[in-house]
Amino acid sequence: MAPSTELAAADGSKGTLPPAGSAAAIDWTRVGPKLEAFGIPLIALVLSLLLFGAFVVVAGHNPFDVYAEMYRGAFGTWFSFQNTLQRASPLMLTALCTALPARCGLIVIGGEGAFVIGGLAAAATGVALIGAPPLVVLIGMFIAGAIFGGLWIGGAGLLRVQRGVNETISSLLLTYIGIALLNHFVEGPLRDPESLNKPSTRHIGEANMVGAIPGFDVHWGLIVGALACIAAFVLMKRTVFGFGAAIVGGNPRAARLSGVKVGRTVVITCALAGAAAGIAGTFEVAAVHGRANASLVAGYGYAGILVSFLARHDGLAIIPVSLFLGGIAASGGLLQRVFSLPDATVAVLQGILFVVLIASDTLYGRVRWSSFKGAS
Amino acid sequence: MAPTTPTKKFSILRFSRRLALQVAPLLALGSLTDCKKEEAPTAAASAAASAPEAATAAAPGALTVGFIYVGPKDDYGYNQAHHEGAVAVAKLPGVKIREEEKVPETLDVQKTMESMINLDGAKLVFPTSFGYFDPHILKVAEKYPDVTFLHCGGLYQEGKHPKNAGSYFGYIDEAEYVAGIVAGGTTKTNKLGFIAAKPIPQVLRNINSYTLGARSVNPKVETTVIFTGDWAMPVKEAEAANSLIDQGVDVLTAHVDSPKVVIETAEKRGIFSTGYHASQANLAPKGYLTGAEWNWEKVYTAYIEKVKKGEKPEHLVRGGFSAGFVKLSPYGAAVADPIKAKADEAKAGLTAGTLIVYAGPMKDNTGKEIIAAGTKHAQTDITLESMNYLVEGVKGKLN
Repeated sequence: MAPSTELAAADGSKGTLPPAGSAAAIDWTRVGPKLEAFGIPLIALVLSLLLFGAFVVVAGHNPFDVYAEMYRGAFGTWFSFQNTLQRASPLMLTALCTALPARCGLIVIGGEGAFVIGGLAAAATGVALIGAPPLVVLIGMFIAGAIFGGLWIGGAGLLRVQRGVNETISSLLLTYIGIALLNHFVEGPLRDPESLNKPSTRHIGEANMVGAIPGFDVHWGLIVGALACIAAFVLMKRTVFGFGAAIVGGNPRAARLSGVKVGRTVVITCALAGAAAGIAGTFEVAAVHGRANASLVAGYGYAGILVSFLARHDGLAIIPVSLFLGGIAASGGLLQRVFSLPDATVAVLQGILFVVLIASDTLYGRVRWSSFKGAS
Repeated sequence: MAPTTPTKKFSILRFSRRLALQVAPLLALGSLTDCKKEEAPTAAASAAASAPEAATAAAPGALTVGFIYVGPKDDYGYNQAHHEGAVAVAKLPGVKIREEEKVPETLDVQKTMESMINLDGAKLVFPTSFGYFDPHILKVAEKYPDVTFLHCGGLYQEGKHPKNAGSYFGYIDEAEYVAGIVAGGTTKTNKLGFIAAKPIPQVLRNINSYTLGARSVNPKVETTVIFTGDWAMPVKEAEAANSLIDQGVDVLTAHVDSPKVVIETAEKRGIFSTGYHASQANLAPKGYLTGAEWNWEKVYTAYIEKVKKGEKPEHLVRGGFSAGFVKLSPYGAAVADPIKAKADEAKAGLTAGTLIVYAGPMKDNTGKEIIAAGTKHAQTDITLESMNYLVEGVKGKLN
């Protein structure tokens, strides 16, 4: 931000306040990139919807009907809107698991593992603390979930820094280890003997569960998720640490030369990322299941990768993108039920979105905004 | 932001041609967003057009029934068995079905149930996966007391669970016992292979009944078990199948969500197979002997008739051959007539309740006595629900 402000000041030398409504005063070097930031994703979005519309036509349905139903399923009624909010809430946290390390130039795709391990740790802690006041139990669960999730991805960061292990591969493989550990513990040492045909840990107790936001049918994970996204934005875009992380992402060597502790930055960022996914897993236990079992492995971690890339790893953008994908998920069922389209239809839409948005990245910086300025 | 973009864009146009050229992509964007705005009323109109449709669905007498599956409804397995039941329901007069597949056992299924109730007007919901019950069905059932929730798994507890919920399940190990007889009578190597998901009571009971059936006609038979660890692991299932075949197994079966891969691998390697959940006969025209199938059509149509009459469905329904909850796939070409006769005889005994599978003395595969001589556990005996052993004749370990 700082350089462009300076430019603006140098440019607008004749007056501090450009007259409102006068187009001539628009500083294109400032406005241009912002237009790109909104316009390019919008073009991509509209293009994706057109492509998906064509797909729907091929599948033998009227795309307008399909989009109308999708709107009804995602936002059309109070119930639908809450459905969307609910589905968006875990995505915000798991998206951070990819978005934060991306600032350091790392591609972490192991959010699922941190989610599962965080949930398992939270359930184990919750069961161990049964009898304590609910607030103590919950705080214990969230700390445990965040720490274990943080250790999981922090471990991938450490392997990267210390041994040069590719973090994409290690975080993915750690996911399989996490799921195997979950299965081992819920089928072995932590199993509730009463869970016969669905091995699970014991229940943390109804009194210790996280409730719904007053007036909503959505649990507190939504608020925590949104706050975490804002915090991530502030940390990465408004602090020295975040600036250091960006330099590491741009050029680790230059970062080291300018005094940034590269290893520490990477490990801390990865640990924070894992903690976010671990907290998402904790909500899944504390607000939904009350126990840990194989249902934790539901793909929220993987969905977070998609959200993070669509949001271009920007903390604030994750919130609307999560809502958007939550809406698609909420309306996906209606497509199956009303049009008898297969479940994969939603995957097709997500796939189109992902490819078009990634491809649209190449459009950035094509327009020379600086040449606009002298045109008046 | 969106409204400001066009105003800026139009003001630029006055400046220069070069400018206009550079803005061309933005113009394209503008026209696209315009299109989208035009779409909106059309979409609303079509929504209005579809409204009467919804109204007819909710016409007096019409009943909307929702079915929820954890996997694809054409999986040749667990979900297909339920889907076949749903298709039968759809044929009943005055009934409309709404189906949703691949719904995970998370908040997603709660929202799917609520969505069916709120947006489709469903009055009866069948969430079919075992893991949907606790906490998901329990929570939603409390919230919607006018809607009936019927779950597959037999988990309902009177007095503890909501009155508008219910549970049903079948004694499918009866069909496994008969399939075991067919397998035991057909095998040349006396080695059967069983690929299973998890060592939980339901699965163990099927493995044990299958083996007991096989050994009732051929005491030399051994069943080798491989646990894959989860319900849908097609790659592991294929590896396990190949490994068992390499060890000399010549009849394969499976208890996983979809036995498709196992049956196909058996057919490709030229050995026999028996199916599970639904019929896989057309995947293995040569080697498919028979299979233990659910008959949800019978259960679902009975439920619907009850609900249409205004009666409350029972909270807990269970049944085997006699109640028509389970059935056998038609015998394949490779099954010899004497074996068919023996299998039919066992089926008649199980249907009449004269044949008791779990009767002492019985040992587990470590030589420990599990059922004393003179003790009999009939099909409905609750002790069988917490089975934690593999019977003599099964090669495999629980952990």
